[in-house]
Amino acid sequence: MNSKIDKIKAVALVVYCALFALFIALPIASSFIFSLNSARFPSLPLGDIDFRWYQEALSDPKDFAALARTLLVGIMAAAVATCIGFTAAYTDFRYHFFGKKGFLILILSPPTVPLVILGLGFLAYFSRLGISGNTTAIALAHTVICIPFATAITRLRLAQMNKSLEAAAWNLGASEWMAMRYVILPFVLPALIAAFLITMALSFDEFAVAWFVSGIFETLPVRVLNLLAGPVSPRINVIGTATFCVTMSMVVIAHILISGRKK
Amino acid sequence: MSSRLNGFGAAFVAPSLLWQTAFFLFPLVFLVVLTFWRVDLFNLQPDFTFDNWKKIYSRAYFWRALLSTIGFATFTAILASILAFPVSCWAAFKLSPGLRGLVVMTLLAPFFTSYLVRIYSWQIYLGENGIINALLGFWHLGPVSMLNNAFGMMVGYLTLTLPLTALLQILGLAYVDQNLLKAAQNLGCGPLRTIFIVAIPSAKPALTVAALFAFILVFGDFASPTYLGGATISTTTMLVIDLTKGGQQWPQAAVVATTTITVLLVCTFAGLRYAYRNR
Repeated sequence: MNSKIDKIKAVALVVYCALFALFIALPIASSFIFSLNSARFPSLPLGDIDFRWYQEALSDPKDFAALARTLLVGIMAAAVATCIGFTAAYTDFRYHFFGKKGFLILILSPPTVPLVILGLGFLAYFSRLGISGNTTAIALAHTVICIPFATAITRLRLAQMNKSLEAAAWNLGASEWMAMRYVILPFVLPALIAAFLITMALSFDEFAVAWFVSGIFETLPVRVLNLLAGPVSPRINVIGTATFCVTMSMVVIAHILISGRKK
Repeated sequence: MSSRLNGFGAAFVAPSLLWQTAFFLFPLVFLVVLTFWRVDLFNLQPDFTFDNWKKIYSRAYFWRALLSTIGFATFTAILASILAFPVSCWAAFKLSPGLRGLVVMTLLAPFFTSYLVRIYSWQIYLGENGIINALLGFWHLGPVSMLNNAFGMMVGYLTLTLPLTALLQILGLAYVDQNLLKAAQNLGCGPLRTIFIVAIPSAKPALTVAALFAFILVFGDFASPTYLGGATISTTTMLVIDLTKGGQQWPQAAVVATTTITVLLVCTFAGLRYAYRNR
């Protein structure tokens, strides 16, 4: 009798977990399905499979310009954030100095500031400096948001390194720069590539800050935001599906790089 | 050589320090400075006036927005914590480490999919002629109004917060000493009691941090209240956007932003203090 109740409880828990997973997966999976659906506003029964929304998106030069801009911003922000994140992670790994806690707070706190507020701050500050409303401004802002993540990813990799390896290189006569070049960098390289890919993926999906600083130059997520404000547009699903495929493949590669070389 | 700062060390400390000072700290400081400036014929003029503060703080809609933001952020943090908790327990205690890793990966996936696209999907499900109402129609029920109201907004907030809340809860619960759980069970605790008197107290910091992150995410979100809530409920971030994009009132928007971030900081520190109390 008791075991029967336990069984029911166990089944109920699994059913609940399945519902939870459904809630998270449904909107992601649906955008893929809707992107192939002929109806402008999908409902039940679903319409036919159709590629017209893909054709519509592909034939719009504005979508292409936005895509190119998104890629450019992503690459610039990810490259700079990875380099800076690495220096910050190495600093934390090796040095102890007065005010280090403040240093780490400064580096790591951007994700706790609401993006709209950061966006307003960037907009006002950049327009004062005369660099607002262009691709560089978006890339600068995205770099700030990406640095904490790049720092964390690289720092986790450095934590797996034996500190005496670097000291051994120094004892064998290597300068600090040589030890950096031949000991540290080869060890953290997978994490650097992973950090580059993951921060690029973050930049690809960021819309709030980009919307504030971009002016008339839309990135893809800003384009989605503007499409959301307008009439129903199935192109959002096309853009969403395309971005999802690109970002997920980058994240999977990054995951393989991080977990594949733990030994 | 090991930990003294020399030229080499400076080359590694400087870039991040300079960058985050110039492009993160300064914009936020400038935001505060901006609250004392004035707008003349759409142009910003440096000044030291409290007019913007007085104007914003005397508006009822500002206080309403602030209160509803705090209210909905708190409510979502609690709701997301409760809804995610059974799943987190299942993943942390019932699954093998390998399967748990898979669950963690799955929960990470939403961070790399566009939040806006997910909101658009929900619009299609929840709309008046949407998929859920079409399903209800088969049983001659409905239509139920789920979009452009508080319900739609909550669906969006949960979409935003549930994955991260569950993720942080799993990480916290997975570190609970398994021996404690076994001891409780040997002493005659049922599974539920074990969770309430052993697992929850020992994972308290992680559970609080999970709720705190949900709170922070909702606090800064404007997409759900705008596109699923139909702007029926106003939040401080929406107010910032209105004042910046609509009215060109950057100093007033800065007042709202500064207040929002102060409230958020106070709540975050209070939450962290609570999480790590007696430790």
